[in-house]
Amino acid sequence: MGDDLAIHATGLAKSYGDVRVLDGLDLRVPRGGVFALLGPNGAGKTTTVRILATLTRADQGRARVAGFDVARDRRHVRRRISLTGQFAALDEAQTGEENLRMMGALAGLSRAAARQRAAELLEQFDLTAAGRRRVGTYSGGMRRRLDLAASLVGRPSVIFLDEPSTGLDLPSRQTLWHIIAGLGASGVTVFLTTQYLEEADRVAGLIAVLDAGRLVAEGTAAELKQRVGAQRLDMTCVSAAAWTQVARRFGDRAVHLDEPGLTVGVPTDASAPQVRALLDAADPGRDLVASFAIRGATLDDVFLTLTGSAKEALRV
Amino acid sequence: MSDALTMTARSLRLATRSPDALLTALLLPVMLMVVFVYLFGGAVDIGTRYVSYVVPGVLLLCAVIGASSTAVTVCQDMTSGIIDRFRSMDVPGPGILAGHVAASVVRNLASTALVTAVAFGIGFRPHATPARFAAALGVLLLFVTAVSWLAAAFGLLVSSPEAAGGAMFALMFFTYASSAFVPVRTMPWWLRGFASHQPATPVIETIRGLLLRQPVGAHLWLALAWCAGLLAVSVAVSAAAFRRRTA
Repeated sequence: MGDDLAIHATGLAKSYGDVRVLDGLDLRVPRGGVFALLGPNGAGKTTTVRILATLTRADQGRARVAGFDVARDRRHVRRRISLTGQFAALDEAQTGEENLRMMGALAGLSRAAARQRAAELLEQFDLTAAGRRRVGTYSGGMRRRLDLAASLVGRPSVIFLDEPSTGLDLPSRQTLWHIIAGLGASGVTVFLTTQYLEEADRVAGLIAVLDAGRLVAEGTAAELKQRVGAQRLDMTCVSAAAWTQVARRFGDRAVHLDEPGLTVGVPTDASAPQVRALLDAADPGRDLVASFAIRGATLDDVFLTLTGSAKEALRV
Repeated sequence: MSDALTMTARSLRLATRSPDALLTALLLPVMLMVVFVYLFGGAVDIGTRYVSYVVPGVLLLCAVIGASSTAVTVCQDMTSGIIDRFRSMDVPGPGILAGHVAASVVRNLASTALVTAVAFGIGFRPHATPARFAAALGVLLLFVTAVSWLAAAFGLLVSSPEAAGGAMFALMFFTYASSAFVPVRTMPWWLRGFASHQPATPVIETIRGLLLRQPVGAHLWLALAWCAGLLAVSVAVSAAAFRRRTA
């Protein structure tokens, strides 16, 4: 296995009872930058993170993280990673600074070094003013920032973030994206899970799409968007008969079919020539489509398109 | 080892951050002692001053009350995100638990000192040599450590902090149904059988004997055996439960 990879997993499988959560997952994550594992609830994202962060053992398959096997060299892996889960791993009754100093001591820093590292991180995450307040008084966004700061105390080379923006408002989410992008640019590897295409698009250089425990697509944001269409053109038809005609014209390319609402949605890059061409293809006689709207593609569209194109590939 | 120290410091700091819980743990045993001495003390004829009789039992009650908050905090740790952070930082499970237990022992020393001080104020007059004092303190410490590990095991076995606290309060029954507050010989035969063959009675008899300069006899060995056994089982159960919870 090449050591140019921060994470290299082959054939990871994990079941809980009868539920097969991971079903032969392969991952290749290069060193440095942000890698996003995108998938809906229940796709196996958290299980993947827990296996890679040495907290859970896979039933089958192998994984190397930061050059070490997650099952056999746990300690070596743990010294090089950090994990920030969906729920803040902080003591609410301690101050922000006390939390960071405690993590510093656990990471093996001396008292003085832990104190200095805490001050640095508070500064870096814009929490210096709140450092002496108890975490219980922090807002959701501040908590997330402190949680992230705590994960960096031991200077890990691979950082796992499991759905970091869950429960945050938009401004906090944008601050977080900025921080994550900055971490990726600083040379560490960030492995992020998310359910939001937009989040993966904003921060990640490489995106892997996970569905039912398997990867269904992998690539840069631009590559995925080419396959999927980052936007969706929704055409609302004049009648049920018109809707049926338009839907039939697009066939498998339609990612959104709403019969009562008389709407057919297809992927688009939202460029004027393409939208014009799509409208002409749907309605050459100009009497079927009443109106149209362009909206951001949802994860559902991505999956429908990816699984649809997979079916086509099989047919060929 | 240094991880365990960091975790101990953390547990102690967290304890000082919930002053109401700390105050309850400190004052409840004192209040119980005062109630027993003034309400029931007059009616109980045991040949010595009742306050001197009752202090060892109150100290054990203290240990159980103090340990219940250990069960709660262990359970809180296990059900929050922080346990994954600690594990991903390679803090060993025994280190995390040992921190909770050590903090529990330190908190108990504080409440023991408070109970003893108040007891002196209301007439407790032990007459023991320094060696016997030290021996009594040693037995008490062993008991506190064993009960604290038992609390850690409870905290790992139950799924909610409330259940953890409840389970520990049930343990208080062991101190009531012992020679803590009345001599076992005054109990009905069926309760006497239970009271004589459970850990609290030999521990209390040993501490009482050491403090009041009475012979302790076989109580000492029984007390040591009970505490060592309880400690060994609790540590083993905790380790197994921790592995199971984090598998």
